[in-house]
Amino acid sequence: MSSNPDAVLYDHPGPRAKTRNLILTIIFGIALVALLWWVYDKFDEKGQWAGPLWRPFLEGSTWTDYILPGLWSTVKAAAVAMLLSLVFGIIFAVGRLSDHWWVSIPAGVVVEFFRAVPLLLMMFFIFFGVPFLTEQPMPPFWAVVIGLTLYNGSVLAEAFRAGIRAVPRGQSEAAYAIGMRKNQVMREILIPQAARAMLPVIVSQLVVLVKDTALGYIIGYTELLQNGVNTLGANYGNTVAAAIVAAIIYVVLNASLTFFAGVLERRTRRSGRAPRAGRGQPAAAGTVGVSAAVEPQG
Amino acid sequence: MDVFSDSANIDTYVTGFLWILKLTAAATVGALVLGVALAAFRVSPIPVLRGFGTAWVNIFRNTPLTLIVFFCYFGLYSALGLTLSDDIDRNNYWLGVVGLSVYTAAFVCEAIRSGINTVPAGQSEAARAIGMSFLQTLRIVILPQAGRAVVAPLGSIFIALAKNATIVGTIGLMESSSAMKDLINANGDAVVPIFLVFAGTFAAVLIPTGYLFGWLANRLAVKR
Repeated sequence: MSSNPDAVLYDHPGPRAKTRNLILTIIFGIALVALLWWVYDKFDEKGQWAGPLWRPFLEGSTWTDYILPGLWSTVKAAAVAMLLSLVFGIIFAVGRLSDHWWVSIPAGVVVEFFRAVPLLLMMFFIFFGVPFLTEQPMPPFWAVVIGLTLYNGSVLAEAFRAGIRAVPRGQSEAAYAIGMRKNQVMREILIPQAARAMLPVIVSQLVVLVKDTALGYIIGYTELLQNGVNTLGANYGNTVAAAIVAAIIYVVLNASLTFFAGVLERRTRRSGRAPRAGRGQPAAAGTVGVSAAVEPQG
Repeated sequence: MDVFSDSANIDTYVTGFLWILKLTAAATVGALVLGVALAAFRVSPIPVLRGFGTAWVNIFRNTPLTLIVFFCYFGLYSALGLTLSDDIDRNNYWLGVVGLSVYTAAFVCEAIRSGINTVPAGQSEAARAIGMSFLQTLRIVILPQAGRAVVAPLGSIFIALAKNATIVGTIGLMESSSAMKDLINANGDAVVPIFLVFAGTFAAVLIPTGYLFGWLANRLAVKR
């Protein structure tokens, strides 16, 4: 198994291969430029590059009135949901690993159910359906956060379960041997080690969470997409421009989170103390939990 | 369960899930083709293609699908005037398929690339030693082995795709989540049964599909 697949699939280029690669580079380069030009031209044809559409982004009020409040709501919902999902994830991971069937089976049913139900369906139920039951309006913020918690918490529960099971058996055997109770073994031996191995997965789940907050737009939560694209676009008539700016913000935010996850992963791997989480080996053991955590959602 | 004795409501339910099925089917094909091409780009000897693949993955994997679908409608259709069909539902459907494919392809590409990682270097070295070109090595030797290694991750990607298909409701297609919303608003007294039927349908289809992919992954895994 090689760490650098790019260098494995072809030889170090000789003179002929170099010429061929150069020619192909030029051909594909031209094709790419032509594609970009075509997109530019299409936008131009419809007047999407017109100054008035982009000028609002140079004004401070556009940012302080629309984009930043939207971004703040996005971050707030993602942060609260992340904390709650972590709690949910740990409780249900431990529940599913319980020795008592009356704990492990319900926990398993809950986790499997919320993982299989589309998040948007969940949010619609919480936002439109629950008020009929409680006879109180549901604030969009909580509809988003509860929906995100149930889904991401279930995904994290599976990831934690895989992490706990990846801790070498000797660890818990040693703990039992010195007389620790089941509860202590889980709390003091297994979870801390699993949490370290799972840290990169947790951070990449945060990316999923940040992206999923955009579903709040559909139920009228004023996050980045609602405030920074829909409202802003309606006021200035520049929906396309606003969508491009919002996309850039999302990409920068999530790419930095992904980068951070990569740094954490390298650090955990180097220290060698935490058990390997089986990432980067899709066919290896523990696929269920770990690959579930990188599921794309919303 | 009186709600579902009304044939109009049954109709809403069935139409909703038919849209989800159609969206999932078309976008699976689109994402698979695009994703494999992108993965090939990312491991190719040509820097322009590698850059293109990397840019694609980083942009689409980090943008919310809601924003992509939103852009497909307001950007491609409203602002740029791209019409994919004269029928309004068909048009929204195809715009949704474009959005879902473009988004999911980024994940398919990364899964396949990690699958290429699991193929021992000796395989491609041997392929090159008998004189295969880059494309031949990739097509005949590497991808078949990589594909078998990524059945499980691809399975969860396509399951997520089926769930993500509900987001196309944003641009006015009456898929199952919008159908559920309408039924809930019309039948405030039967909120829980409605939710359980819709969510239960997803769970009943997707949970076994998940296990099926797990079983397939074990069967197809390359034994080393």
